[in-house]
Amino acid sequence: MTKVEAIIRPSTFEPVKEALREIGVEGMTVSEVRGHGRQKGHTEVYRGREYSVDFLPKILIEMILPDHLVETVVQAILRTAKTGKIGDGKIFLSPVQDAIRIRNEERGEGAL
Amino acid sequence: MREQTKPVKTRKTNKLRIWLCLFAVFFGWVLLAGGHSIAYAANSRSAAAPLPSPQLSQQVANLERQVSSARDSGDNAWMLVSCALVLMMTGPGLALFYGGLVRKKNVLGTMMQSLALMAIVTVFWAILGYSLAFSPGTSFIGGFRYLFLHGVGSAPNPAYAPTIPQQTFMLFQLMFAIITPALITGAFAERMKFSAMLLFMILWTIVVYDPLAHMVWGQGGFLNATSGGMFPTLDFAGGTVVHISSGVSALVCALYLGKRLGYPGESSPPHSVVLSFIGACLLWVGWFGFNAGSALTAGSLATSAFAATQFGAAAGVLGWMGAEWLRSGKPSALGGISGAVAGLVAITPASGFVGPMSALVIGALAGLTGYLMVTVVKAKFGYDDSLDAFGIHGVCGTAGALLTGVFATRAVNPIFTDGRGHALAVGLLDGNAHQMLNQLAAVGISWTLAIVGSLVILKFVDAVVGLRVSADAEVQGLDLSQHGEEGYNLET
Repeated sequence: MTKVEAIIRPSTFEPVKEALREIGVEGMTVSEVRGHGRQKGHTEVYRGREYSVDFLPKILIEMILPDHLVETVVQAILRTAKTGKIGDGKIFLSPVQDAIRIRNEERGEGAL
Repeated sequence: MREQTKPVKTRKTNKLRIWLCLFAVFFGWVLLAGGHSIAYAANSRSAAAPLPSPQLSQQVANLERQVSSARDSGDNAWMLVSCALVLMMTGPGLALFYGGLVRKKNVLGTMMQSLALMAIVTVFWAILGYSLAFSPGTSFIGGFRYLFLHGVGSAPNPAYAPTIPQQTFMLFQLMFAIITPALITGAFAERMKFSAMLLFMILWTIVVYDPLAHMVWGQGGFLNATSGGMFPTLDFAGGTVVHISSGVSALVCALYLGKRLGYPGESSPPHSVVLSFIGACLLWVGWFGFNAGSALTAGSLATSAFAATQFGAAAGVLGWMGAEWLRSGKPSALGGISGAVAGLVAITPASGFVGPMSALVIGALAGLTGYLMVTVVKAKFGYDDSLDAFGIHGVCGTAGALLTGVFATRAVNPIFTDGRGHALAVGLLDGNAHQMLNQLAAVGISWTLAIVGSLVILKFVDAVVGLRVSADAEVQGLDLSQHGEEGYNLET
């Protein structure tokens, strides 16, 4: 089992979600986060005071997948989340020790 | 050697700015000239009718009574609405306006200050405040005739408003007494102890507001324009009584309490300009009650003040927005609503004395002044007037009070008459340059009373209760530390 974490632009979230559904990904956790890599933020002005906003809104998608699905998912994300500009985001893969379904306490890949 | 020249784009932008400024000045003159000539179109009065027969006389007398009664109930209906409008300016108008400007952790604490004042000022006004402000006394303070609102009932008080119950007049003035201290809370936002604020405000309304209201509006007041004041001051709805007093006191409080932790380096933007926007619009609409209601009747003077209010606000928006657009490149929503408030503040003393064109000019100047105060002057001097109570109310109120002396005209409000009932010149452009002295006197007295009164009370309250919350409480936020609540529990 592999954990796939994808940090993407909010504007690409709908296409990514559609693509993942088409592949057959059955579960994911989505959070609204802020962050940046090399992307520059912007400046806001309130009554003459400037505030630089360095952390930009992003969407974090977390999925635990059986290993055979991982590369398909990565390709789908790359295809739908890429705009070619700085700020497209990143995908991180990490191994997962175990997965447990709370309802029936099933463990392992069957719990995904 | 080649001389370094400005890039072409900057030269063109500077030229554009100069042309725009020249156009604005020219436009201002056109407005004034146009407004001046139209305002002088005199109203003709119909000649008195010949004496009728006795039976007809009786019928006419009955009709006159009915008309008078209808007019009085019209006046009272409008005044009661105005009372409600002005209260709305505090809650939720000002509560939202200020609430949106602070950090999320202080939103309730900020709004609570307005609500608490709606409650506590009401009580002290009833017991003592109305009497100190409006009963006959000395030139500087009223007496105790109306203590506990004794004698303040359905009978009109002809000294102030002959067509409405005195109770209505008292209520109207109460709403002013509520919002004035509420304005000050903007200066010490996010760091004042709730208990200290309550004590400070009780004393402030007694020591600063009541005397100033008495001087400008009370019978025999030192600055009263119509009952023989020493320096008859034109202040229709409270440029001095409300805005200068609160704005200058605000500065004193901001300086005395000191800056917020982390200001200016680690300061935060408004947590919700949306809330402030809603609050500002409620203020604008409520201000019709504030200004037009100060006519104390439902007649044409109320309409005139209503018009001046609208034009002052509109021009204020454009003045601030225009200045910000030119200087920063983008007109902000926060700037727009701040401009509206600045324009409304400045037109407040002038509203029942000036025509619409003058109102546009006053509003535009206020928008520009407010913008400069808030973005340039405050940054330069570094004081933490958190929500710009001094910049917008103190300074624009002062500007408005002085501009009232410039633009007030008998064509709108013949407030000064000679022994034979002829209207005398009112303001500078009307032909009465001396009025500027009176306006200056009122401005001077307001500033002095606000500064001295606030300092004394601050010292006292600091000794008795302590003014500022602890550093931990300030970091935690007033909502939790002072009130045990959180404004938003959106995760639940």
